[in-house]
Amino acid sequence: MAVQHVSRAQEPAKASLLYDPKVRSIFFQVVLLLLLIAGVWWIVDNTIENLRRSNISTGFDFLRGRAGFDISDTPIQYSSDSTYGRAILVGFWNTIIVAVAGIVTATILGFIIGVGRLSRNWLLRKIAMVYVETFRNIPPLLVIFFWYLGVLAVLPAPRDSIVLPFGSYLNSRGFYFPRFLWGDGAWLIVAGLVVGIGLTWFVARRAKARQMTTGQRFPVFWTGLALIVGFPLLGFALAGFPLTLDFPKAGTFNLTGGFNVKPEFLSLYLALSFYTAAFIAEIVRAGILGVSKGQSEAAAALGLRPGTALRLVIIPQALRIIIPPLTSQYLNLTKNSSLAVAIGYPDLYAIGGTILNQTGQAIEIVVIFMIIYLSISLVTSFFMNWFNARMALKER
Amino acid sequence: MQEHDMSWVRTEMALAQPAPRSEAGLGSWVRKNLFATPIDSVLTVLGLLFATWALSQILGWAIFNAQWTGTDRTACLTVDQGGALPSGWSGACWAFVNAKFAQFMFGRYPVDERWRVILTGIIFVALLAPLLIPRAPYKRLNAILFFAVFPFIAFWLLIGGFLGLSYVETPLWGGLLVTLVLSYVGIVVSLPLGVLLALGRRSKMPAVKMLSVIFIETVRGVPLVTILFMASFMLPLFVPPGMTFDKFLRALIGVALFASAYMAEVVRGGLQAIPKGQYEGADSLGLGYWQKMGLIIMPQALKLVIPGIVNTFIGMFKDTTLVLIISMFDLLGIVKQNLADANWATPQTARTGLVFAAIVFWVFCFGMSRYSMFMERRLDTGHTR
Repeated sequence: MAVQHVSRAQEPAKASLLYDPKVRSIFFQVVLLLLLIAGVWWIVDNTIENLRRSNISTGFDFLRGRAGFDISDTPIQYSSDSTYGRAILVGFWNTIIVAVAGIVTATILGFIIGVGRLSRNWLLRKIAMVYVETFRNIPPLLVIFFWYLGVLAVLPAPRDSIVLPFGSYLNSRGFYFPRFLWGDGAWLIVAGLVVGIGLTWFVARRAKARQMTTGQRFPVFWTGLALIVGFPLLGFALAGFPLTLDFPKAGTFNLTGGFNVKPEFLSLYLALSFYTAAFIAEIVRAGILGVSKGQSEAAAALGLRPGTALRLVIIPQALRIIIPPLTSQYLNLTKNSSLAVAIGYPDLYAIGGTILNQTGQAIEIVVIFMIIYLSISLVTSFFMNWFNARMALKER
Repeated sequence: MQEHDMSWVRTEMALAQPAPRSEAGLGSWVRKNLFATPIDSVLTVLGLLFATWALSQILGWAIFNAQWTGTDRTACLTVDQGGALPSGWSGACWAFVNAKFAQFMFGRYPVDERWRVILTGIIFVALLAPLLIPRAPYKRLNAILFFAVFPFIAFWLLIGGFLGLSYVETPLWGGLLVTLVLSYVGIVVSLPLGVLLALGRRSKMPAVKMLSVIFIETVRGVPLVTILFMASFMLPLFVPPGMTFDKFLRALIGVALFASAYMAEVVRGGLQAIPKGQYEGADSLGLGYWQKMGLIIMPQALKLVIPGIVNTFIGMFKDTTLVLIISMFDLLGIVKQNLADANWATPQTARTGLVFAAIVFWVFCFGMSRYSMFMERRLDTGHTR
């Protein structure tokens, strides 16, 4: 029999410091940090030298200077006499507007197509598949150009506008629809809406409490709908219908009055929505497929009808799978909105670029970009994480 | 009573009955897949109407009404616009693509030197194809040639300036050439860099970990446009005065850094999916860190995340179009530039050029995604239940 004689007579010699993982790790990190500091110092030194040579003053004082350029879409008060800071704020709001509009449309479209890809109907499945495979494999910038140059730019001139229902027009200068002009007392409508939402919340709470104790159900949805629609209507009537519509009128060369959505916004909005919807559709499909079949079978065994099972069993579980990747799609859409610069929609990036050309403050502008985009990303992911935590599986 | 009749036992199987008529054949398939419920029937009819309309529009525009030949814009103009086509005509102006095809491929690359680009392309395909076919032999040699030797050959062929080839400066490059070079370099650089960043992010060394996290999250948080913008406006500020960077190189650095941050997150997903036992097993065998990662962990982790890696490649391929914002001309950029050509200004030009670019991009991206699905099935060695 082989017997191993292990002698512990003497302690093994202390290993060389060279082979101690702790020492190695500290040494490696110190070297890395030193290299990094040297690199940063070199860059900063060069940058200061370069800026000194080209006579560019650093700092954010330039934000108070007069902008001197006009912006086509201004959601907040702005003129060419406003400051650079104000111009950046306009760009920020334009980015937010197109991102929010795109997210809402892309989500709705994406859910419809995603569910369509799982439909029992062969034709619907194939149509949804063709949509997804087309848009997923084309660059978003190309989609934007297609809408802008290929579709909207070749629409007829304002003189021969395409007439649409409800007094709206479509021509090469964009989409025109009646502007709502609110008169005195319009605040009553908002007040009505707030009261309606508050009452609905209250009713929903009471109804749930009652169902928990007595098992009796209360038609919360219809009551809520009546409250939320009814109260603003009541406010509208009480204030004496304070609404006039400003219809766009055809002039000699252009349409006057009404509300004009510019082709730049339209193409960016449509392209981002269509492009992102393809990705959201795949996420929705994966989410629904990710709920195990036993869940729907169990729901059927409990006697739930397909619609109820979908609403109470499948969707809540699918949402858990859907939300995290959906968040990153929302962030992607927001970041892709910077492609606006290619067609001249004045978003944050486009306005920042204009300011850079005027002042030469490259570093400050890039820092502003980074801060704003990073904070939009952080706020979005914070909100979605909160929503995700609410939706997450409550385990014991 | 019955016992006496049990003497006969059937020795062969009864022939299978044909499926009931309601379950077999085209009629049943149609009923099940198209007209299962009344709502389904309505949706089918609507879908059929939509599909017929869309198909007839697309085919009519792209094929039946299209103008294939011509030397200038008059080929694609209607009578009221000053051409010969009937009023109200709407079709693709492929003549435009035909006339500009060489530009779409090579940009302003000197005509006499274009054989160099074509030769590079042939070598590229000749090296790539056997790499992609699983059964082709000499994989290791092939990979070394493709990833380590080919870049130098391509550099010599495309830029030149030594060994008997004349120098072609990068501002002359354009079209599909730029798109492919940017994507190739992005892919070759971003995968190893992404693996390193992912390892850094999971490292036990706080300094390494922190730096990786800061880099990855910053790059992922801002749009690629901003990164390209930085690369094109700020890199020149960072280097000593007098030292200049090629604009193309700056864009390459921007694209590669951007892609590597996304790649790092994909690889990290794979690393997290490897059970702890694998790490401990490698440790107990006495493997060092790089041996453990290179021989045990990475082969498993990378295999798991092939779809994610290919998705990143596809995303990067599509993102190369953004270089047109820093006024370089990739395929989309050169198409867009040519749309402004007064010689070809017709209402159909923009649509035709963009559809052509879309088809090229689509073919590449769709090919990549299908190949990744194929590899996924091939490498699936029982991780999925």
